[in-house]
Amino acid sequence: MTTTTAANRYHGRGAHGLEALNVGRIRQDFPILHQEINGKPLVYLDNAATTQKPQAVIDAICDYYVRNNANVHRGVHTLSQRATDDFEAARESVRRFINAPSADEVIYVRGTTEALNLVAGSYGRQFFQAGDEVIVTEMEHHSNIVPWQILRQEIGITLRVIPFNDDGELLLDQFEGMLNDRTRLVSVVHQSNALGTLNPVQAMAELAHARGVPVMIDAAQSVAHTPIDVQDLGIDFMAFSGHKLYGPTGIGVLWGRADLLNAMPPYQSGGEMIRSVTFEETLYNVLPHKFEAGTPDIAGVIGLGAAIEYLESIGMERIISYEQALLRYGAERLGGIEGVRLIGTAANKGGVLSFVMDAAHAHDIGTILDAEGIAVRTGHHCAQPVMARYDIAATARASLAFYNTTDEIDALVKAIDRVIEVFG
Amino acid sequence: MASDLSELYQEILLEHNRRPRNFRKVDGATHQADGYNPLCGDQISLQLVVGAGTGRVDDAAFQGQGCAISRASASMLTQAVKGGCTADAMAMFDEFHRMLTDPDAELDLDLLGDLEMLAGVIAYPTRIKCAILPWHTLKAALDGDGTATTE
Repeated sequence: MTTTTAANRYHGRGAHGLEALNVGRIRQDFPILHQEINGKPLVYLDNAATTQKPQAVIDAICDYYVRNNANVHRGVHTLSQRATDDFEAARESVRRFINAPSADEVIYVRGTTEALNLVAGSYGRQFFQAGDEVIVTEMEHHSNIVPWQILRQEIGITLRVIPFNDDGELLLDQFEGMLNDRTRLVSVVHQSNALGTLNPVQAMAELAHARGVPVMIDAAQSVAHTPIDVQDLGIDFMAFSGHKLYGPTGIGVLWGRADLLNAMPPYQSGGEMIRSVTFEETLYNVLPHKFEAGTPDIAGVIGLGAAIEYLESIGMERIISYEQALLRYGAERLGGIEGVRLIGTAANKGGVLSFVMDAAHAHDIGTILDAEGIAVRTGHHCAQPVMARYDIAATARASLAFYNTTDEIDALVKAIDRVIEVFG
Repeated sequence: MASDLSELYQEILLEHNRRPRNFRKVDGATHQADGYNPLCGDQISLQLVVGAGTGRVDDAAFQGQGCAISRASASMLTQAVKGGCTADAMAMFDEFHRMLTDPDAELDLDLLGDLEMLAGVIAYPTRIKCAILPWHTLKAALDGDGTATTE
């Protein structure tokens, strides 16, 4: 396997590859990693499902409840001011992390799923008509399929699907041919949760913009594993979740270009999102508050801000360089086992090792690995069209984070040998 | 969770997984149902031939895809219900269900026969639905429901 663009970008800037991080030091920041499961040291390789939380995030949430808990944007008292300051400081951290032009474009939501639903429900319902087309890929998570199918039922839009090759790489020439006068939105996954493929969203945005079509990326996976600069990528919307970025569950972000967000109607209504209310008329608040009805997940936001600051303190360049080296090591080790087939072998991918075995079904692999203390995901990964593409029911998926080690990959390989032993 | 995998993956289970019995379509099925485990994507189709006058299960067979536990369970199910009456099959369903959900249950081992080999699954809560899927599918087939899911 060749080095990927993401890793190449940082080569020559100090330590790289497995030398980029002192992983022993990093692991001390994650208290959950230091335990035994079924009498074996925990090997957590389910990071694409959710990542573990560093002590800094746990402390930030705890500190908020211990010292600063109050509602935001509502009170004149000191606690409310502290809570509001921390809540908005986190918004600025998110802006900086994805290099958005303005923090007002950062909308807090529950997670990637809600962000995608917000765009479908608000932008889609406002601007799509019968016969209009939305383009997605064959490797979408169900959360970037079902909202558009609901609009298909309601409005009569058409869903176009970009296929991919056996390695799990999109067929870009087919995408180009799909763009036409009826295309209203391109909504694509940045990094496939099932395959790991990193899609060329920058090139796709260029092609789409040439036809005046906006582009949304589902960055649920990519946000923690590849650098994202929304201006450099030239995209229009981005959706991601805090809990896959070492932050808490229940908080996520929709970033959107201000002109698009301003043109969209509110998604939910109530407190916070209004400027004035009488029984005759309601005036909506400005961005971002227009899309943040009700009391938000304040502790979640503060935890997300802490997660971003933690990652920045290590440096995303080092993190990505390390993860890419670990991925190459893992792909080589797993690829070398007879009877194991890697699903998703794109040249440019994040730290996902999805595999099937001749000897055993994914669930049996998962149970045997768990007995060895190893946590992986097994199943269809909420991406059934991907499974159908490969004509398989399920895969076992080991997904990496920067606290994982080559020793843990070795433990995985040993446990896979155990699967072969049991199933012969 | 039980750490002794051999309690779960007993040789007889592995053998049924490797060479499932009655893994085929039947001609002239009188009852059939599809079972899905939506979380895993496991899927089985179960077909029965029940004698019109006798109420006897003259044939039982299954097809589909799933893990070793669901496959072995389906294979054992077809062997267990074949030749008995539908009331026996439902009694086995109840007993099998008790075996995997109530650790203190006093089981009717005569009724369960080989099915007892799946008792170890109770120590693996996430896998119970794998073992039970074929039995829910059987119940759906006998009740005329057509589909069963474990959720």
